[in-house]
Amino acid sequence: MSRYLDRSADIGEFIPQPDDDLIICRCEEITKGEIRKAVHLGMWTMTEVKRLIRPGMGLCQGQTCSKHVKGVIAKELHISPAELDDLTARPPMRPVEMGVFGNEVESHE
Amino acid sequence: MSNTTADVIIVGAGIAGNSAAYYCAKKGLKVIVLEEEMIGHGGSSRNGGGARVSGRDAREMPLAIYATRHIWPNLKEELGVDPEYRQNGYLVCGYNEEHKKGIQNRIADAAKMGIDMYLLEGKELKDKHPYVSDHVTCAGWTPTDGVANPLTATLGFYKRARELGARFITGEKVEKIKLYKGRARTVVTQNGNTYEGGKIIVAAGFGGKEIIKSVGLFVPVFKRLIEVIVTEPMPHMFDNMVGGMSGFYGQQTVHGSFVFGNALGREQCFAEITTPVSSSYNPANICHTIGVDIPALKEAKIIRTWSGWTDMSVDGVPIIGNVAEVPDLIIDIGCTGHGFCPGPASGYTLAQLANNETPDVDISKLAYERYDMAKKQPQYY
Repeated sequence: MSRYLDRSADIGEFIPQPDDDLIICRCEEITKGEIRKAVHLGMWTMTEVKRLIRPGMGLCQGQTCSKHVKGVIAKELHISPAELDDLTARPPMRPVEMGVFGNEVESHE
Repeated sequence: MSNTTADVIIVGAGIAGNSAAYYCAKKGLKVIVLEEEMIGHGGSSRNGGGARVSGRDAREMPLAIYATRHIWPNLKEELGVDPEYRQNGYLVCGYNEEHKKGIQNRIADAAKMGIDMYLLEGKELKDKHPYVSDHVTCAGWTPTDGVANPLTATLGFYKRARELGARFITGEKVEKIKLYKGRARTVVTQNGNTYEGGKIIVAAGFGGKEIIKSVGLFVPVFKRLIEVIVTEPMPHMFDNMVGGMSGFYGQQTVHGSFVFGNALGREQCFAEITTPVSSSYNPANICHTIGVDIPALKEAKIIRTWSGWTDMSVDGVPIIGNVAEVPDLIIDIGCTGHGFCPGPASGYTLAQLANNETPDVDISKLAYERYDMAKKQPQYY
């Protein structure tokens, strides 16, 4: 079970910051401002932010940006990054061609 | 009213629970949504995103038709989040004469509900869908079906409901429902909290089975694992949903990546695992199937695979509605892997039931009461 979170708790208003156009997720080109806005829309976990605006969903699957995304979300929620769960690690480790992955079954035909 | 009391308590923050919360809040009802994990943790975020009416059981068709005609087309404006709904058709591929007969049966079923579906063969099939291989000999084509993005649709309903004042609490696992004078009144959570509501809606997928057991109701649903692969973004190939009589289904998303799943037949072996995990052979099987049917995609690279549960009901259609023997309890369970498209219509209907209105959609055939056997012989379920 996840940590208890009352999504109606007050986290304050969204206040624009000068570095909001800084790119945090390079694969999907998601900026700091977009992540902060998502938190204010109610996305209070790494996974929800990922599912709504896609940081960590690109070629590297968040292996580069996860830590930074987590930091931005935690700061917006006024909590420690340690309180946020990591994204689920998804296989494969590196992109694999469908033809290669599907090959092993071919011999059974 | 205290902050643990509401007009409606909703258990489960999936697409049905979130949309029910949204429609209840729109009616001015005070809503509390309780979710064990996070928003959209279950099947609502873990599906292929097909928004189809064709190939459905006649009993659940009214819900799917209502959703595709009245809800999905306007959702982007209504929610302020783009659910990427595109009504670009659904192609279901067949490989032999038996499949052709199956498709013709689907066409006949669809015609009864006023849905146009066509059989494509030979040159017409190749002209309209050049990406399919010669392995595909016939196909059913339903132009009014479509695709959507399960992730943004589910979170979009949550975002809008929250804006309208619905209170969402995650990490709050509901363990049981308590009756007061024979009516469902309070829910008790694992954290020891109690919430009280005038109506209690259980829309928690498979998790709802144990919850409603606490008031003596048995629903014959079981878990099935689904596994799905996602590719890197690719040049545009098709806009429609693609499926096969072999069991695969998928789409090319707005983002450009392909999402494909497949029914392998061995899913039941994993029903006892508590956390859904991706295996190495089901995704491989999907890749093989796609390689045979859509050869150009052999080059596409998979960047992730994921898995999830679907709650299967024994007769293949969900159980939605009031329960005669427990007044004020409303259930939505057993969507059997095709509950995403009708999800918003289910939520709309649940909200109407919670507000004591007569539903716009005919859900009489989805009533819990059809499972008389399950009530009399629960040991078999």
